[in-house]
Amino acid sequence: MIRKTIIKSTLLVAAIALSVQSQAVPSAEALSYTCAGCHGTNGASTGDAIPSIAGLSSTYLVDAMKAYKNDERDPTIMNRIAKGYSEEQFELMGSFFEAQEVHKNRDQTFDVAKAAKGKKLHNKYCSKCHTDAGIVAEDDAGQLSGNAKLFLQYSLADFHDGTRSQEKKMKKKIKKMLKRDKEAFDLIVNYYVSGKK
Amino acid sequence: MNKQNRRSFLKTVGLGAAATTAAAYAPFAIGGSSKKVVIVGGGMGGAVAAKYIRMMDKSIDVTLIESNKDYFTGFTSNLVVSGQRSLDEIKFGYDGLRGHGINVVIDKATNIDANAKSVKTAGGKTFNYDRCIVAPGIDFRYDRIDGYNEDVANTKITHAWKAGPQTVMLRDQVQSMKKGGTVIISAPPNPFRCSPGPYERVSQIAGYFKKHNPTAKILVLDDKEKFSKFGLFIGGWKKHYGYGTDNSMIEWVKGSAGGKIESVDVAGMTLSGEVDDYKGDVINIIPAQKAGNIAHVAGLTNASGWCPIEGKTFESTIHKNIHVIGDAAIQSPLPKSGYAANSEGKVCAAAIVAMLNGDKVPDPSYVNTCYSVIAPGDGISVAMVYAYKGGKIVKVKGSGGLTSGKFNAKLRGREEQYGYSWFDNITQDTFG
Ligand SMILES: Cc1cc2nc3c(=O)[nH]c(=O)nc-3n(C[C@H](O)[C@H](O)[C@H](O)COP(=O)(O)OP(=O)(O)OC[C@H]3O[C@@H](n4cnc5c(N)ncnc54)[C@H](O)[C@@H]3O)c2cc1C
Ligand code: HEC
Ligand code: HEC
Repeated sequence: MIRKTIIKSTLLVAAIALSVQSQAVPSAEALSYTCAGCHGTNGASTGDAIPSIAGLSSTYLVDAMKAYKNDERDPTIMNRIAKGYSEEQFELMGSFFEAQEVHKNRDQTFDVAKAAKGKKLHNKYCSKCHTDAGIVAEDDAGQLSGNAKLFLQYSLADFHDGTRSQEKKMKKKIKKMLKRDKEAFDLIVNYYVSGKK
Repeated sequence: MNKQNRRSFLKTVGLGAAATTAAAYAPFAIGGSSKKVVIVGGGMGGAVAAKYIRMMDKSIDVTLIESNKDYFTGFTSNLVVSGQRSLDEIKFGYDGLRGHGINVVIDKATNIDANAKSVKTAGGKTFNYDRCIVAPGIDFRYDRIDGYNEDVANTKITHAWKAGPQTVMLRDQVQSMKKGGTVIISAPPNPFRCSPGPYERVSQIAGYFKKHNPTAKILVLDDKEKFSKFGLFIGGWKKHYGYGTDNSMIEWVKGSAGGKIESVDVAGMTLSGEVDDYKGDVINIIPAQKAGNIAHVAGLTNASGWCPIEGKTFESTIHKNIHVIGDAAIQSPLPKSGYAANSEGKVCAAAIVAMLNGDKVPDPSYVNTCYSVIAPGDGISVAMVYAYKGGKIVKVKGSGGLTSGKFNAKLRGREEQYGYSWFDNITQDTFG
């Protein structure tokens, strides 16, 4: 994966250098280091609200940035940040963060009994698309296990009330899951926060 | 790839030098490396620059000179004033940086010799450098308010604009103030450290009073006509603290309406402007500011009292091989904030790594963000992305701006929480 990334970003840099010769061209590092004040060094968040972005797939990160830039999610601040960059720059950031190791924030508290129930729900309704508790970059579906607790809660709430659009199939599964258990979001977030598989 | 070659190359050179350390007095003898960076000031700018230089190139020898063994963050210190956080929660040490192989020296830099390329300390040591970073933060223009000085600030009328013992003193004064008493806060002229900071402080104290001393008043005497996040703060004060009504907890007096303060009578607890006198039960004076003292001693400041720099490298335009980052620099349009200092530290680190290796200085990118908590469940922010264009730092059009003025309880609640995460992450990015 790392080799792929290096080649990709080298090509990109070359392409950008050709297309806008007169303009300043910050590198993938120069762009990505600026995110760390909020997301943690190399994207590894130690907070319980701001999500980790270390190890996200480039595809996922670029899509998310585009969505923020186009006001397609209802974020607090990422729209204001994303509007400062071009799509080529999103690609550079994507290559940088994809090459970082996924980070699980293990400083968060969770309820063991709820986490156990959440695990069952995850395996039944979500694991098809979110493999290994949702930490596999190739799924292009964000990070679930070990991500910031509040961000997970906010995301589920936003999917649920339509603020953030989601895949039809996921919508169906979530609906089914909530039908089975009204507390499902709480249970499943406890499972993800546990950081366990 | 490039870096690896460089590293193994340097390893050999390093070994060679170590074998001949007997050749003392040579400028680079200590440590045996030929690339030395000395950083003065281990706050938000200096500490992160030290860490990122080491992250980018381990062959560079980095020494960080810092006066204090512990650092207290300015941001979130207003939550210590209101009792929401303890001083311990905003305290950070330097072991994390030592873990990155940085030579942390707890000592005070007393002079920088730009010709000899050396830094002298109060402890009597001399450190030679190839490149020096100066990040001392701010000092105060006490002379602008008659009767105010460091002694008064440490004992009775705080500034609490460098977090630490004064933050706790102000907290204790606020908490033990008599029922229905008045806190006066004197807010400084531009430019100063953290432009929304005084108004966040007002909000935090108001939040405390609302619960514990509901008839207390806060009088803000401002040198200015307007302030940062103006509409959001005024809106928040209306919403939470009755601002604008007869019963308002907060009164704000702008400069032209008598807010400019000229002197203080410490014994009488009275501030005097051009026309009016104001008596308070607790007084907090946030004085006008200038670059930290060492920057003046080293001749890095111009008539403004701040340090002119080049925005791609943060190298001083007065002295070669010395870079100034953080609050001390003339960094506009970047503001004097912790986030800006973080961003500048990384840009400066990348430039220095390139310069020391004879590479082209990379094109920079910068971000600033500042979170403030108006009341529990009500967080706001300002953000901006910056680029380097035509030899200058410029705002990227279309990016950044303020939290929407249209009150949205869900998003305001989230912003408060994201603000706390920001604190966790920026301090980890700096000291971890
Ligand atoms: C109340 C308040 C609220 C704030 N809120 C926010 C906020 O919400 N967001 C935000 O981004 N910013 C905020 N800030 C601003 C932020 O704290 C500063 O902008 C930031 O710390 C600047 O970093 P710096 O490196 O320039 O200076 P500092 O962080 O002050 O570091 C300077 C360091 O240099 C050391 N030093 C000075 N002289 C010497 C010497 N001669 N020898 C050795 N060491 C020396 C000092 O001891 C200090 O540790 C706030 C500040 C205050 C006071
Ligand atoms: C001011 C703090 C801040 C800065 C700076 C910042 N972010 Fe964010 N980021 C957030 C917050 C908060 C969220 C949650 C969405 C929201 O409310 O804006 C988020 C969400 C994200 C997400 C979505 C993650 C997911 O799993 O869906 C991505 C991707 C992201 N940020 C990338 C970046 C990149 C890349 C940068 C640097 C260019 C950056 N961010 C800079 C605060 C920040
Ligand atoms: C059909 C495939 C699929 C299923 C099933 C599915 N998801 Fe997703 N999920 C996705 C995709 C794709 C995304 C990325 C969406 C985007 O780009 O905004 C995603 C994103 C998410 C996110 C946001 C992650 C982030 O970092 O922002 C959460 C939370 C989430 N899913 C939870 C769940 C839960 C809980 C279930 C089970 C009830 C589930 N998903 C089932 C495909 C699926």
